[in-house]
Amino acid sequence: MTDSTTDLTVADIEQRVGEFLEAKTRMTWEPEVDLFASGAVSSLFAMELVVFVESTFGVAVEGTDLAMDNFRTVRTMSSLVTRLRTGGDGGA
Amino acid sequence: MSETPPVVKCLVWDLDNTLWNGTLVEDGHVEVDDAVRKVIVELDARGVLQAVSSRNDHDEAWARLEELGLAEYFVLPHIGWGPKSESVRRIAEQLNFSLKTIAFIDDLPTERAEVEYHLPEVRCYPAEQADALLGLPEFSPPVVTVDARRRRQMYQAGFERDQEREKYQGADEEFLRSLDLVMRIGKARDEEITRVEELTLRTSQMNATGVHYSDAALRSFLSEENHDVLVVSMTDRFGPHGAVGVMLIEKAARAWRIKLLATSCRVVSFGAGAVLLRWLTDAAARAGVHLVADFRRTERNRMMEVAYRFAGFTTAQCPCLTSFSPPEGTECLHLEPVRQDPPTTMRVITPEPHVAGPEAEWL
Repeated sequence: MTDSTTDLTVADIEQRVGEFLEAKTRMTWEPEVDLFASGAVSSLFAMELVVFVESTFGVAVEGTDLAMDNFRTVRTMSSLVTRLRTGGDGGA
Repeated sequence: MSETPPVVKCLVWDLDNTLWNGTLVEDGHVEVDDAVRKVIVELDARGVLQAVSSRNDHDEAWARLEELGLAEYFVLPHIGWGPKSESVRRIAEQLNFSLKTIAFIDDLPTERAEVEYHLPEVRCYPAEQADALLGLPEFSPPVVTVDARRRRQMYQAGFERDQEREKYQGADEEFLRSLDLVMRIGKARDEEITRVEELTLRTSQMNATGVHYSDAALRSFLSEENHDVLVVSMTDRFGPHGAVGVMLIEKAARAWRIKLLATSCRVVSFGAGAVLLRWLTDAAARAGVHLVADFRRTERNRMMEVAYRFAGFTTAQCPCLTSFSPPEGTECLHLEPVRQDPPTTMRVITPEPHVAGPEAEWL
């Protein structure tokens, strides 16, 4: 992990997301496993995921990005974060 | 005109020389006046919760309450040696009640003064007033609903459930499955509207439209052909959760519009809101109509926005939206529904969607 959040790698992001999920669900999640497959995801958990992603990675998830598909797996979350971080002020 | 004081939602009892005559530690044997017993039973029936704050040995005092046949009437007994203001504060926190709705009764002026000093909003009563409480307006809720009569059991079940959830080692979802949750969705009858109105008042955070519908307004929709008022209740192996949600739906030829969707914060962590949306999505898909949802962003309802978005609602334009005229400042989110599988964490019992058929399980 690096001090500066500007050069987070995909692996860094996925590690942080994985840690959060493990703490919340008491299960480990492989990067491609569907969190919502059971249909049991509460709106509270969805909210927690959104707030976690926004506050941990300094991004704002809004409008069409606020979609379940972007939060479905560890991998889709890291892609979303990477896209929002490079597409915004960070410039790439 | 002076403002009516809010109805007391929880009365915290001192024990020695208040609930019972004498001091347990000194007298060894204490009895409860019939008048006081009557107050406890009647407040319970009115839906006023009762708790204990007493300086005593917990096990001894609780054993005596059990012998007296009164223990079951109390939630959150705080029997110990700390300051009473602290136990009253913790009781309010654990119940998630405002201090304005808490009352405290104690024979000792010093104890009442200590509570009044730290918690000025809590109403304090001297012990000799115990048998007069039933006549006071603040202990007389204007309407006693079905849920009020069993409110205490619901809270007791809730505490047990929370404890088990805390202790549970496995995944939370497995815990939810172990609860045998059953959600029942039904058309509201006249009697249920009162519970529902209370719910929309209390659930600003979980109210998607941020609009409050009054009792009268909701009642007026009961007789309207093109509106459905649906009440959601839940139970599990610990007991009933009572009425936990309400939906107000306007039906047009091409779409159903969700004008109100509110769920109780008590069932948020069970995913109740998401299950409701899925059920409605499935029902709309079967009926061949689109879904439209009123949404007005408030400071407290981002969770509902996330719930709608995660359920697939978007701001896309669709001809079906012209059927509705949402109030100023309200967005209409839109969804073309597809069939949904029922949830794995609970059984959902519903009326056949929007026809007067028998109720059935969503399978």
